[in-house]
Amino acid sequence: MAEVVWTTLKLAGLTTILLLILATPIAWWLSRRRAWWKEIVAAVTTLPIILPPSVLGFYLLICIAPSSPLMGLLHPFGIRTLAFTFTGLVIGSMVYSLPFAVQPLRNAFEAMGARPMEVAATLRATPLDAFFTVALPLARRGFLTAAILVFAHTIGEFGVVLMIGGGIPGKTEVISVRIYQLVESLQYGEAHRLAAGVVAFSFAALLAMLLVDRQADEARR
Amino acid sequence: MSLVEAQFAGTVGTFRLDVAIGLGPTGITALSGPSGSGKTTLLRCIAGLTRLSGRLVVGGEVWQDASTFRPTHRRPVGVVFQEASLLAHLSVRDNLSYGARRTSAMAQVSLDDTIDLLGLAPLLLRSTGALSGGERQRVALGRALMSQPELLLMDEPLSSLDAQAKAEILPYLERLHRTLAMPVLYISHDAGEIARLADRVLLMDAGKIAPAEMSKRDDLAGLSTDQRDALARAALRAGLKPQLQAR
Repeated sequence: MAEVVWTTLKLAGLTTILLLILATPIAWWLSRRRAWWKEIVAAVTTLPIILPPSVLGFYLLICIAPSSPLMGLLHPFGIRTLAFTFTGLVIGSMVYSLPFAVQPLRNAFEAMGARPMEVAATLRATPLDAFFTVALPLARRGFLTAAILVFAHTIGEFGVVLMIGGGIPGKTEVISVRIYQLVESLQYGEAHRLAAGVVAFSFAALLAMLLVDRQADEARR
Repeated sequence: MSLVEAQFAGTVGTFRLDVAIGLGPTGITALSGPSGSGKTTLLRCIAGLTRLSGRLVVGGEVWQDASTFRPTHRRPVGVVFQEASLLAHLSVRDNLSYGARRTSAMAQVSLDDTIDLLGLAPLLLRSTGALSGGERQRVALGRALMSQPELLLMDEPLSSLDAQAKAEILPYLERLHRTLAMPVLYISHDAGEIARLADRVLLMDAGKIAPAEMSKRDDLAGLSTDQRDALARAALRAGLKPQLQAR
């Protein structure tokens, strides 16, 4: 049981870190100068919210299967497939939770408006410098929200991880899949322990982050 | 001879700007005119925040012409916006030093001088959220000065303040006026402010600088007594002699 908890936390943690890094430039780009065609990109990044996990899982599985052209590019590096691997799971989770990272970040960047970046420019900061020293700190709250949502959403995902991970114990089996299997085999006792653990952990994580946010807010006042 | 030669022409949305101005090496030039006349657009063009075609030369260096456009962060301008626009995640001290740390220019304006000049000492360790409107604008002004600008641009810095805050900050601006050796472009349509601060007044209307003979009686017709007095005082201070014209 410790193993499945560790796999789950590792997956959620890695997904959160990598996704925030990936989503930041996307969200920034979407938040600057609105052009109608940017909404096409916005729609694509939001798609995973409304797609059934089985549809997403199916296409992801095709993409990371040995026969896919995408994997063909990786063959020279000795990678034949990412299906049913932990790496594949991380990639799948990132796609699945992409909107939960992009949306709060985009909102945070848009809410700050153009002025802080203009101020930074008049104070001689290059655009990159201003991005790191002004835009990112000002969007702090957006990052916190994105991190909470992605982490929680990854722990809560079921359909996608089952389809592309296969639930291999010690490798790709996460809590949600284990609970499903336990319930199927009528082992309610252990299912309870895991399920209650997820509820308690999720609540504690959310509460802690909200308290940290609130404290930071008060310190600024 | 002018330190700053600016000429811009172009459209922003449906608005057309077509101006040419020169600023001397020191002194406050007030830029006045009805709202929507293009004052802020002109200021943004000089700062490089808005791009219109034109030509801008400051101290012999070309900041903009047909083939050059220096981005804002490479223009040594200090800008004070209508709202103080302090960086909310930084303390007062860090706001002041943000620009100072990023300029390679020799420090003409030291942190201590700025703190003295603007009375910022009691504010340094405060967070920006805990400041009054007048205090915020003083910090914004100090921050602009600390970036060692060659040219200071102020866009109605007092217009968002109440009468009391204005009264509190005006003496600082007057001191600034006496100590600063750089041209200042000061947008305002408050006759009282202009009278107290400006050495020279430019009037803008519908994207153009009103012609120099604006002081003709016909053009003064629409102004209040206060505004006429202010313009007269500014003209006197700028060294213009009153001429009595027979009409």
